[in-house]
Amino acid sequence: MTTPFLEAVALACERDWRLLFDGLDLRLEPGDMLQVAGPNGSGKTSLLRLLCGLMQPTAGQVLLKGASLQAQRGELARNLLWIGHAAGIKGLLTAEENLAWLCALHQPASHEAIWQALASVGLRGFEDVPCHTLSAGQQRRVGLARLYLSPPPLWILDEPFTALDKHGVAQLEAHLAQHCEAGGMVVLTTHHSLAQMPSGYRELDLGQRAA
Amino acid sequence: MSNVFTLLLARESRLLFRRPAELANPLVFFAIVIALFPLAVGPESQLLQSISPGLVWVAALLAVLLSLDGLFRSDFEDGSLEQWVVSPHPLPLLVLAKVLAHWAFSGLALVLLAPLLGLMLGLPLRTLPVLLLSLLLGTPILSLLGAVGAALTVGLKRGGLLLALLILPLYIPVLILGSGALQAALQGLPAAGHLLWLASLTALAVTLTPFAIAAGLRISVGE
Amino acid sequence: MNWTWFHKLGSPKWFYEISGRWLPWLAWAALLLIAVGTVWGLAFAPQDYQQGNSFRIIYIHVPAAFLAQSIYVMLAVAGLVGLVWKMKLADVALQQAAPIGAWMTFIALLTGAVWGKPTWGAWWVWDARLTSMLILLFLYFGVIALGQAISNRDSAAKACAVLSIVGVVNIPIIKYSVEWWNTLHQPATFKVTEKPAMPVEMWLPLLVMVIGFYCFFAAVLLMRMRLEVLRREARSSWVKSEIRTLVGKDA
Repeated sequence: MTTPFLEAVALACERDWRLLFDGLDLRLEPGDMLQVAGPNGSGKTSLLRLLCGLMQPTAGQVLLKGASLQAQRGELARNLLWIGHAAGIKGLLTAEENLAWLCALHQPASHEAIWQALASVGLRGFEDVPCHTLSAGQQRRVGLARLYLSPPPLWILDEPFTALDKHGVAQLEAHLAQHCEAGGMVVLTTHHSLAQMPSGYRELDLGQRAA
Repeated sequence: MSNVFTLLLARESRLLFRRPAELANPLVFFAIVIALFPLAVGPESQLLQSISPGLVWVAALLAVLLSLDGLFRSDFEDGSLEQWVVSPHPLPLLVLAKVLAHWAFSGLALVLLAPLLGLMLGLPLRTLPVLLLSLLLGTPILSLLGAVGAALTVGLKRGGLLLALLILPLYIPVLILGSGALQAALQGLPAAGHLLWLASLTALAVTLTPFAIAAGLRISVGE
Repeated sequence: MNWTWFHKLGSPKWFYEISGRWLPWLAWAALLLIAVGTVWGLAFAPQDYQQGNSFRIIYIHVPAAFLAQSIYVMLAVAGLVGLVWKMKLADVALQQAAPIGAWMTFIALLTGAVWGKPTWGAWWVWDARLTSMLILLFLYFGVIALGQAISNRDSAAKACAVLSIVGVVNIPIIKYSVEWWNTLHQPATFKVTEKPAMPVEMWLPLLVMVIGFYCFFAAVLLMRMRLEVLRREARSSWVKSEIRTLVGKDA
C-alpha cells in the first residue's frame, strides 16, 4: 500500500469535556475531494483545524506523507492552503492589499496575477476598494481569489460557499472539481450538496459516526 | 524571509494609519493620567517634581498596557492569525514585526510626548535627555512583555483586566530602572548604570519574548 | 537510557495507583514533622538575643517563604514538561499546585507582617524581601486567573505553562531590581535577615519544619491531582470501577 499524502489515524477530538469524535481514520491522495458533513456541533471545523495543525488532537495523529505533522510544519505549510470561517481579510485594506499579503505569506504574487484572480472571482473594478465596504459575499470572494493564484496542492476550506450567490457557488464548484481532476486535493465542509463532483469525491458524515 | 518582515511592517503601518484615532488614544490617556496627579496631590511644584519620575513611568506603563489590549484581537477575529500560523514563515519573526510596528507608532509617540509632560511637572531641562532615553529603551520592553499577555488572552471575551493582572507584575523591573534613572538625573547623579541595565533588558526582551508571544498565539489559535 | 518510567509517569491510571500508595506516608510524615517542629521551635528552642520570643514566627514564615518560591519554579518546570513532552499529568500538576503556592505566599506575607510589627514597629515595611513576596503573590494570581479564564482545559494548561515560564525567567530580574531599589531608597539601617549564624538549637527545628512543609505540600498536591485525574478520566473504565468500589465502601 502506498503512503497517502495526508492521513489521519485513530483521531479523537474533545472540546470542553465533550467527545466530538474518536477513532476517526481518513486517507487523502492526489485527486481526492473529501466533503465533511454532519449537524452543527459535530466537530467538522475541529476536524479541519486538526488536519491543518492548528489544533492538537486529544488522541491519534495526523500524518503528512507518512510522517507526523508535528515534525514537519514547514512541509505542511508549503503544501497547504487553509481558508477558515474567517478568511483573514482586513476591512481597512483594499482587496488587492489583502491578497498581496496573504500570498506573500506563502508565495508572493505579482500585481497582474492578483488583478487577474480578482477578475476571475467577479470582482473586477473592486480592486482598490477597502474591504469593509464590500458585501459579505464579495468579501468571501476576495478570500477565495487565493484559489486562483498558483495555489499549493492541498486545500482545506471551511464553509467556502457561505454568502456566495448561485453563480458564485457553481463557479467555485467547478474550480474545486477542476483542481481535483488536475491532481490536487480538497477537504471542505458545507451543508449544501455539491452539483459537480470530481471522480475522487467522498463524503464523511460525522453525525452518522456518532450515532 | 526578511522580505515578509518588511512587508508585514508596511502592512501594519498601513492599518494603523487608516485608523489614526486609535493611535491617539494611548497618548491622550497618558496626558490625562499625568494631569490627574497635580489635581489629586496639589500643585506644589517641589512635591510634583519629586514624584514626577515615578509618575511619568507609571503613566507610561499603563498607557502602553491599555494600547496592547487590542494588539492581536482583530487579527484573531478575522482569521489573520490562523494564516500566520499555517504559513511557512517562523511565527516569532512575524510577531516581532507586528509588535515593532505597534511600538513605532504608539510607544515612540509616547516617548516624544513625555518631555512636554515632564516640563509641566516641573522636571528641569537637563533631565529631559535621560527621560527620553529611558523611555526609548524601556517602552519596547513594555510592548514586548505586554504582547505576551495579549497573545495569551486574545481568545477571551474580556481580556483587558486579566491582561493587566498578568503583565503588570512583570513590568516592575522596567519601572524601577526607568524611574530610578530619572530620579538619579534629578538628583544630579549619573544615570548611565540604570540606562545600561535597561538596554540589556531590551536586548533580552527582543530576543526571548517573540518565542513566548508565538507560543501564546499558537495556544490561543488552537483553542 | 531507559525512558519508559518517564512515559509511564504520564499514564493517569499508573499515577493514581502509585500516588495512592505514597499519600498516607507523606501525610503522616508531614503531620509528624510539623508537630515536632512546632513544639520544638515554640517551646524548646532558645530565645533570640535581640528579638526575644517574637523571632519564633520564623518557624512558619521561613518554610512558607521557601515553599512559595520553589512552588513557582515547580510550576515552570511542570509547564516546560507539559509543553515539550505533551504530558497531561504535568498540566494537572501545574494547575493544582498554583493555588497552594499562592496560599503559601500569603502565609509568608502575613507572618512577615506579624513579625514586622514588633521588629520595625509597623505592620508593613517596603522591605526588599516582603516586596518581592508581594510581587510573587501577584504572579501566582496571574497564573490562577488565566487558568480560570480559559474554558478549554488543554489551552488553559498550555497558557499557564507559557505564563509561568515567562514569570520564572523574570523572577531573578524582579528580585535583583527590587533589592537594588531597596538599597537605593532605604539606606540599610537594621536588617533582620542578616543575623549572626544561628545556633544549632535554633535552626534544627527550622529544618524539621521546612521538611514538614514540603511533605505537606506534596501530600496536598497529590490529593488535588488525584481528584483532578479522576475528573478528567471520568469516561475511562478504570475510573468507573474505582468510583464504584469507593462508593460501595462508603455505603
